[in-house]
Amino acid sequence: MKLDSPLKLACPELLDLDGAEPALMGSRCRACGEVYFPASRGCTRCCATDMEVCSLGSHGHLWSWTLQGFQPKAPYNGGEAEADFRPYGVGYVEMPSGVKVEARLTVADPALLKIGMPMRLTLQAYRQVAGEEPVYTYAFAPV
Amino acid sequence: MDNEVAIIGIGLHPFGRTDGLSGQQQGAHAVREALKDAGIAWKDVGVAYGGSQDGGNADALSNQLGLTGIPFVNVANGCATGGSALASVIAAIQSGVAEIGVAVGFDKHPRGAFNPKPKDWGLEDWYGETGLMLTTQFFALKTQRYLHEHGIPEEALVQIAQRAFRNGALTPHAWRRKELSYEEIAESMPVNLPLRKFMFCNPAEGGAAVVLCSARHARKYTANPVIVKAAVMRTRHHGSFEVFNPGLAAQQSPAPTVMASRAAFELAGVGPKDIDVIQIQDTDSGSELIHMAENGFCEHGEQALLLKNGETDIGGRLPINTDGGCLANGEPVGASGLRQVIEICTQLRGQAGLRQVPGTPRLGYTHVYGAPGVSAVTILQAS
Ligand SMILES: [Zn+2]
Repeated sequence: MKLDSPLKLACPELLDLDGAEPALMGSRCRACGEVYFPASRGCTRCCATDMEVCSLGSHGHLWSWTLQGFQPKAPYNGGEAEADFRPYGVGYVEMPSGVKVEARLTVADPALLKIGMPMRLTLQAYRQVAGEEPVYTYAFAPV
Repeated sequence: MDNEVAIIGIGLHPFGRTDGLSGQQQGAHAVREALKDAGIAWKDVGVAYGGSQDGGNADALSNQLGLTGIPFVNVANGCATGGSALASVIAAIQSGVAEIGVAVGFDKHPRGAFNPKPKDWGLEDWYGETGLMLTTQFFALKTQRYLHEHGIPEEALVQIAQRAFRNGALTPHAWRRKELSYEEIAESMPVNLPLRKFMFCNPAEGGAAVVLCSARHARKYTANPVIVKAAVMRTRHHGSFEVFNPGLAAQQSPAPTVMASRAAFELAGVGPKDIDVIQIQDTDSGSELIHMAENGFCEHGEQALLLKNGETDIGGRLPINTDGGCLANGEPVGASGLRQVIEICTQLRGQAGLRQVPGTPRLGYTHVYGAPGVSAVTILQAS
């Protein structure tokens, strides 16, 4: 995913944008192999602190989902007026390592969301305010 | 056991919204009510533990109750604050620090959903900014997965809320005292599907206090002491599905509720089948559904049938949240756990009026659960 100009990201440290597709970054415990998202400095499973950065990939399966039905208070900074707020999807997506990543979903229609369905990582402009550069975060879309 | 501790006094400041009274004033009111119930004065109390989340320090209650110089310890354990305070007072009495102790919880939260700050939870700003840091979202995601794994229909969530408001209507001190129909709940605003408006409790205000002493001396103060058979608090293990987690471990592990419940049953020497009246954390309908099984009162997936058959009603085999629980009383975080203990004491004393569980309930159970993965359980016995 080569970009002409860098996007403004809420969480640049979570993403690897140098490949053909965006990928999520996490960490793995060198002692027991447990995988973490986001990258962790210590292993809560075996209490070791020797961690290595790893890629979690770009694809997974929907593990659970909900719709955010009301506009969150700060620190949420979607920036829309209350009257313009539209519910958005939120889910956990199980990645190939088994770790489940919490993410916004690109769809917010219960009829289109089913636990177990394949999902792919994408970027979503969650903050779009007139006169400002949009701000992106990672999100999952149905395949 | 000759080292047992008994509850000899209970006191509540009704939950809900009380403009003009601070959280601490509501806490002090609850302590005075509990002292009156025990027939003693504040100067007779030798040790106190208490806490609130948003209502200030518990030891400042001494400014209202009297500066008697006793050790008064502030507890800050989120939803387990009351349970932790209770367990600490019991340990203090058992170790001989004092003959009589008080556990108190109170709170006064701003209106609307809690809005926590990522840094306070060791999280980065993006988690809050992008709209992922909401407790209601977590409860919904956990419930959705649970319904899927155990084949439970969404109507079970409606039935739990319906029963809570039905029981709340029978409870003079409850905040929400109006029954709601199945449709009113099932068609209420979709806050975080599958959970809707009337399936969530609201942050609130209130105070709750209990007076305890060694069971040997309890009859000096009251004709109907309630024996604490177990008061246990546990925190999460790696792999437990808890609030504010951007990532969940590959392998899930049992919740802190399961650990606290097992330890409490073992300590009390009884099992789930022996319990006559139950209070379990119902931050939302989904949480109560999950907690029914995590506390050992049924198998995972069995809840739908129990609810359909009315077995969790006041007249049923497993009466749950007889005062309407958090759904009908709201949740002042610091006070919530002790409200449960007070409701069980009221039931075991046979003083619960229209909501009294029939027969003579002998054993009661309380359970709280909250962020960031804590649970406290008590098992109480009529004497
Ligand atoms: Zn490890």
